[in-house]
Amino acid sequence: MTETSTPRTRFAVPGRIAVSNRAAARWQTATLTEIRRETPRAASFRFAVPAWAGHLPGQHLMLRLTAPDGYTAQRHYSISSAPDDSGHLELTLDHVDGGEVSGWFHTRARPGDEVAVRGPLSGFFAWPGDRPALLVGAGSGVVPLMSMVRLHRARGLTVPLRLLVSARSPEELIYAREYGAETLPVFTREAPPGVPVGRLAAAHLAPVLAERPAGGWEAYVCGSNAFAEHASRLLVAAGQPVDRIRIERFG
Amino acid sequence: MNVTRDFTGRARVHNPGLPPGQYDAGDDWPVLSAEVTPDLTAADWSFRVDGLVERPRAWDWDEARALPGSEYAGDIHCVTSWSKFGVRFGGVSLDAFLDVVRPLPTATHAVAYAHTGYTTNLPLADLTGGRAWIAFEYGGRPLPPEHGGPARLLVPHLYFWKSAKWIAGIRLLDHDEPGFWEQNGYHARGNPWREQRYAGD
Repeated sequence: MTETSTPRTRFAVPGRIAVSNRAAARWQTATLTEIRRETPRAASFRFAVPAWAGHLPGQHLMLRLTAPDGYTAQRHYSISSAPDDSGHLELTLDHVDGGEVSGWFHTRARPGDEVAVRGPLSGFFAWPGDRPALLVGAGSGVVPLMSMVRLHRARGLTVPLRLLVSARSPEELIYAREYGAETLPVFTREAPPGVPVGRLAAAHLAPVLAERPAGGWEAYVCGSNAFAEHASRLLVAAGQPVDRIRIERFG
Repeated sequence: MNVTRDFTGRARVHNPGLPPGQYDAGDDWPVLSAEVTPDLTAADWSFRVDGLVERPRAWDWDEARALPGSEYAGDIHCVTSWSKFGVRFGGVSLDAFLDVVRPLPTATHAVAYAHTGYTTNLPLADLTGGRAWIAFEYGGRPLPPEHGGPARLLVPHLYFWKSAKWIAGIRLLDHDEPGFWEQNGYHARGNPWREQRYAGD
């Protein structure tokens, strides 16, 4: 470990969460079994991956498409489903303008199609369900966080978990039907009657941070870089320790 | 792997500068860092080289900027699949720092560490011979904080997670010691041309 070699520095990176990386090096065939529309721009894609080694909520995979001439395109995608032993996993993809891979998924893909995946990858953003989790996401940044919410629900966990999710409008709120009392949606352009419109602010975070669960919150922030910068600065300003904030940025 | 039904990919021209599995990000420069962007000003910044060296030392901003300048003009490659062509960084060759501290013959590897605590490991040979920089500028302007400003390591021939943002120091060792992402399953070296993305590649 680097403890012996690396001097103490002013800021700290949160410790890693141990996961097995044995499966990460191997490409496997994933067969599309179901497509569910979530919003006008986002859909969920369910795959059968029979030898999938399992994952922790927050982990991602690498996905590869292959053209007839051998050309390949690969991208990282967060896993949205909770880990289970069904041999299935789900991704939720935005239809990116001009997106080579997301474009194929949104306009061509149908059940029975096969793609290649490898993973799960990276334990840094993972949540094993063992610590209070304050989840802050925007747009499709909610995808890895939803895996955490779903695990929390599926296992009936009692460890505190809160989700603050920012979307432009109710229509664009991914997984809108699935949220419960753990979730506070924030709408930036258009909101339901009686709900204020505006970006995520200190006032949204204050009541959650004031709860102070035993051991404190582990914060998970996911979204565009602009959102990740904004949300992580709000958290730091509100007293959340910098080494208890994990960030996943969508490039 | 089988061909993906109905996938042709975007129109492509053969680009010999594109390593396998990468795509051209064009004008985009995605930000990828796991931690909160630190409030690190040039006045707060320092850079230290120690470990297996004859004369360990640290440089503050003015001292580092006083070293002879050196530019990198070329390409960068991120393990998340994007590459960026024809970028220009301004800084100081890492050779200039190593010439001062004089690595011992026993030094074979290095751990680069950031002011955030982020770490990444490199063979010493990847840091010498004009292949690594401490970069202060991008495209002729100060390096933006989210891209590692005021100063980052730049090792453009390896995947970009090796180019530690907010660089605080480099420690020379006689063995390889996995850094932050390497402990999280990434490859120990990360050569884009050999697609060394994850442990086992």
